[in-house]
Amino acid sequence: MKNAMPEAGGFFQRERNWHPPAFAPGYKSTVVRSPRRALISFPQTLSEITGPVFGHQMLGELDNDLTLNHARPGESAIGPRIIVYGKVLDENARPVPGVLVEFWQANAGGRYRHKKDGYLAPLDPNFGGCGRTITDAEGNYFFRTIQPGAYPWPNGINDWRPAHIHFSLFGHGFVQRLITQMYFEGDPMIWQCPIVNTIPDKRAVETLIATLDMQAAVPMDARAYKFDIVLRGRRATLFENKLEGN
Amino acid sequence: MMQQLRRLKETASQTAGPYVHIGLTPNLCEISGVYPEDLGARMVNEKTRGERITVKMRIFDGAGAVIKDALIEIWQADSDGLYNTPAETRGTADPNFTGWGRQASDMETGVFTFETIRPGRVPFPDGRLQAPHLTLWIVARGINLGLHTRMYFSDEETANAQDPVLSRLEHQDRAATLIAPREGDTYHFDIHLQGEKETVFFDV
Ligand SMILES: [Fe+2]
Repeated sequence: MKNAMPEAGGFFQRERNWHPPAFAPGYKSTVVRSPRRALISFPQTLSEITGPVFGHQMLGELDNDLTLNHARPGESAIGPRIIVYGKVLDENARPVPGVLVEFWQANAGGRYRHKKDGYLAPLDPNFGGCGRTITDAEGNYFFRTIQPGAYPWPNGINDWRPAHIHFSLFGHGFVQRLITQMYFEGDPMIWQCPIVNTIPDKRAVETLIATLDMQAAVPMDARAYKFDIVLRGRRATLFENKLEGN
Repeated sequence: MMQQLRRLKETASQTAGPYVHIGLTPNLCEISGVYPEDLGARMVNEKTRGERITVKMRIFDGAGAVIKDALIEIWQADSDGLYNTPAETRGTADPNFTGWGRQASDMETGVFTFETIRPGRVPFPDGRLQAPHLTLWIVARGINLGLHTRMYFSDEETANAQDPVLSRLEHQDRAATLIAPREGDTYHFDIHLQGEKETVFFDV
């Protein structure tokens, strides 16, 4: 018998007070896009605890390098060169391998390559703004990019987004699906942002702020930021009907 | 004091924002050459078993307007009710069916189109069979935490009537918000984020 508690049960209930509420009027778009009825709960079935699996073979060589993956040969994106790295863990503090991590961001001037973005800052012909990777057996991931710029957005008359990178993650079950945003240590814009401030608890915001790590920097090339991410954890089946590996 | 449980808290969610397509469907928003194709765009191929269907979805906001900047992912069983994942222990799912689809809407009409197959039935934890369904996850600007819901099929009346999830709804009239009517080979699923017809969303 294995000593580790087998993880084949359902996922822990989501702590909804830790996440931003659906209705958060400081972020105006939520007003007409927030469900108002109570969410309905039911015991998780295979539809919830399973999910698609992505293999490392689907990744292209430059998928985790935004400085190069949309650049002309011999050129690269403009902006402060950084490496973002971290570990994907679950609520039981176990590394989660095989997690597809997708990321997207504005360029160094704060402009997105999207036809709905009309900000004054110019596009960078060598920067697309998307990348992806899959965590290794220990839950680790990393990618190269440029530090994105802050940008104004239509909410209040003078609201600006702090510099941020959007993250999308797949765990092993469809109910672990998560989208979030990473911010940068020391940015004074974080605490003025209406989207950041939809999160009720300051400690929850702090977990979204990546830490500058000069030990992981590549000298004369790129500084590094560490950003760990936690997905929902699974109940052990130890106390349920079948004991695995017995 | 006592011993600590040493559990971590899930990373807090933030909205996918208006530019989610850059990250998740870049080819669709004219960022080509980074990935060969958008993930989740094709669920079926010529060899996929089961009844081919098209599912068209729309999302309405609380003011009754169609939302055009959202993203929907679906996860479903194959025609035998098996999931295409190594965690599936009841058998081997159809290798020609991914079970997972991801679509942005048409940016003009707001219609999401999924080309897929009708799923088989999957058991509830107590062994009863659930009615065929798609599991949905919806993100967009103005949605702070991805929304989970399901789509059921209008021509599965008997199975729907016995479905353990549909039948546990306290307000039975709301079950209709999860059932997509059929027209030919196409099912139409309208999702309402708010208002009288608000779709049932799940905390699972
Ligand atoms: Fe953004």
